[in-house]
Amino acid sequence: MERYNRHIILSEVGQEGQEKLLKAKVLVVGAGGLGCPVLQYLTAAGIGTIGIIDFDVIEESNLQRQVLFGTSSIGKNKAIAAKERLKDLNPTITINDYPEKLTPRNALSLFENYDIIVDGTDNFSTRYLINDAAVLIKKPVVYAAIYKFEGQVSVFNYQNGPSYRCLFPNPPKEGSIANCSEVGVLGVLTGIIGSMQANEVIKIILAFKGVLSGKLFCYNAKTSQTTTIKIKRIESEFEKVLNQKTKFKELDENISCKTLIQEVTVEDVLEKNQVMFIDIRKLHEQPELNVPNCVQIPLDELKNNLSEINPNNTNIFVCQRGIRSKEAVRIAQEHGIANCYSLKGGISELIQLFKIKI
Amino acid sequence: MIINIKYFGLLAEITNCNEEHLNFSDKTIGDLINVLNKKHPKLKNKDFQVAQNNEIVSKKTTVSETEIALLPPFSGG
Repeated sequence: MERYNRHIILSEVGQEGQEKLLKAKVLVVGAGGLGCPVLQYLTAAGIGTIGIIDFDVIEESNLQRQVLFGTSSIGKNKAIAAKERLKDLNPTITINDYPEKLTPRNALSLFENYDIIVDGTDNFSTRYLINDAAVLIKKPVVYAAIYKFEGQVSVFNYQNGPSYRCLFPNPPKEGSIANCSEVGVLGVLTGIIGSMQANEVIKIILAFKGVLSGKLFCYNAKTSQTTTIKIKRIESEFEKVLNQKTKFKELDENISCKTLIQEVTVEDVLEKNQVMFIDIRKLHEQPELNVPNCVQIPLDELKNNLSEINPNNTNIFVCQRGIRSKEAVRIAQEHGIANCYSLKGGISELIQLFKIKI
Repeated sequence: MIINIKYFGLLAEITNCNEEHLNFSDKTIGDLINVLNKKHPKLKNKDFQVAQNNEIVSKKTTVSETEIALLPPFSGG
């Protein structure tokens, strides 16, 4: 325990606290700019089991900020190279490397083996995937993200606190926000923000009271300004994710980046109250839909006619085959209409439904 | 009233400032966004959340405090 002496002599940590660290299991998703400092400090601190998942290989342009790697690591997988370096830093802990991509297929089984998930990824689809998987199996996420000279840090899904979707419910349009490789980033910023993530991990393990849950910490390395923003828990954002539980593994790898589109079958519709059907096909499309509680708003006019939709109803969007209606759900959700669904199979299913009912 | 608007990330680049003062007399955060969209046309269609007095609020919230922040999501890591 000599290695951890400077922790142990802190009264707030002590022998007991260090033992908690040694028993903790932390998974770091992404061994890049943020992942490197997180891994370095967690390894040094004696986190008993550390998992590293990253499918990417080291490039020369990574070395300006990804401080675990040297010139000799170029071309190697990041998870494997990080493990090699960390084993020297602290050979007494267990390090698991996963040189693969995090997907809906492997996320749940992987997360189950760890207590805390660290989000050090560089793209929105993985960020939403981490959020959703963590919500499904109830694990806290230590989040950080950076842009040029600015960083954001928060802890999500911790002790009934908010999730990433409570902060940003709708993933941005594809390609609308650039990442580091496209716009650049100050190397030392990833060190500062990644170290803050490592600090939050340790605070959670030691059950400190000031965990950054329900707060978004923002830091600007150029101006030295810091801002902390309060985030509220939004139950419906959790429900949206929990409703996907049974089919989570089958989700398309990138779908988590898009708004969660809830599909319903005709059987589901029968169980819902105050149902309103919205036919979003063009006016000339056949067959005509002649059923009660139905309005027709063609998809390309939807944005301008959202006031016709009562958000208190269960709104079911219908099109010919159930494809365009997903787009309608996305538009409605983006404009704050949460209670809406896409009818699987489209119009023929709906006609079937009314035949059954008659 | 005079309100102080802070811009983060990409939004500070678009508006060419980290912070600005604005005389605002309408009602909601949504109204305020409309005013800002007119002032900075490139803000339109950008993704961001709005904080009032350091707390995330919806577009329907009434503007009652003078400290507003526009926060875009960051993806980098």
